Amino acid sequence: MADQATAIRNAPLAGLRGGSPAAILTPAAPASRISLRAAPDAVAALSAALGVTLPTRPKTSASSGKRHALWLGPDEWLVIDEDGKDLMAAAASSGVMHSAVDISHRNTAVIVSGPGAEVAVNSGCPQDLSLAIFPVGACSRTILGKAEIVLFRTAEDTFRVECWRSFSPFVFGLLSEGAEDAGH
Amino acid sequence: MLLIYCPYCEEERSELEFRNAGDAHIARPTNIAEISDEEFEAYFFLRDNPKGVIFERWRHIHGCGRFFNAARDTVSDRFVTTYKAGEPKPDLDAEPKTSAQVETYEALEGAAQ
Repeated sequence: MADQATAIRNAPLAGLRGGSPAAILTPAAPASRISLRAAPDAVAALSAALGVTLPTRPKTSASSGKRHALWLGPDEWLVIDEDGKDLMAAAASSGVMHSAVDISHRNTAVIVSGPGAEVAVNSGCPQDLSLAIFPVGACSRTILGKAEIVLFRTAEDTFRVECWRSFSPFVFGLLSEGAEDAGH
Repeated sequence: MLLIYCPYCEEERSELEFRNAGDAHIARPTNIAEISDEEFEAYFFLRDNPKGVIFERWRHIHGCGRFFNAARDTVSDRFVTTYKAGEPKPDLDAEPKTSAQVETYEALEGAAQ
């Protein structure tokens, strides 16, 4: 009898390290994520069910422990739980009309940290990332080179760059180049 | 780089985040099955392509994802104004919405002597 084959789940960017002393790149740990869309009248119930208040202003986010809700559009949010909790069940328990898609494995993230993090991200992203315009907690869907990303500033010198799994080698490579330049 | 004001993000963003989506304010005939081929052609294919201000749909595709309308000058590429989808055509003569300032070398750096 043939041995049973076991599928091994490979995390994107597994084991990769990169960057420069100015901006260190670290692949983020696996997390659960949902793409959430809902009308304004469902926001309160969904916020209560998810345990994090869904932000309604552009470019803002809300966090509760390791769970973050990022504003992407007037009726669209990206909810990330770094502990890997079941967000789909939490959203479903709200009992109001909404659309939630589990994108935990579609997305992956790169953490860019260090004094040159801003410069490293700006190497491929056209947004103004100065602290006055893009403060801690600010988030935005935008573009990095040719890849669409969701940018989330978690600290003054730290960004979480969410991208699609298939784009992650490109994103990591471009950020590495940017991180090298940030040291000069 | 061209900066475009997104009425949903309430901020000027780089043109890289946007995509043009054709002329704005084109109403689909409600009796689409009854109109003649010529009328359908006029609605579906024929566009003005003016030299000067044009009303267009734009989509903030790599941002909030929303469609909105913009008045753009096809000669200078300047965005006169942008407004949310569904809002009526603004009266461009009445209110100069965007700053009329043009960044000239003299204004920014002073006289170059």
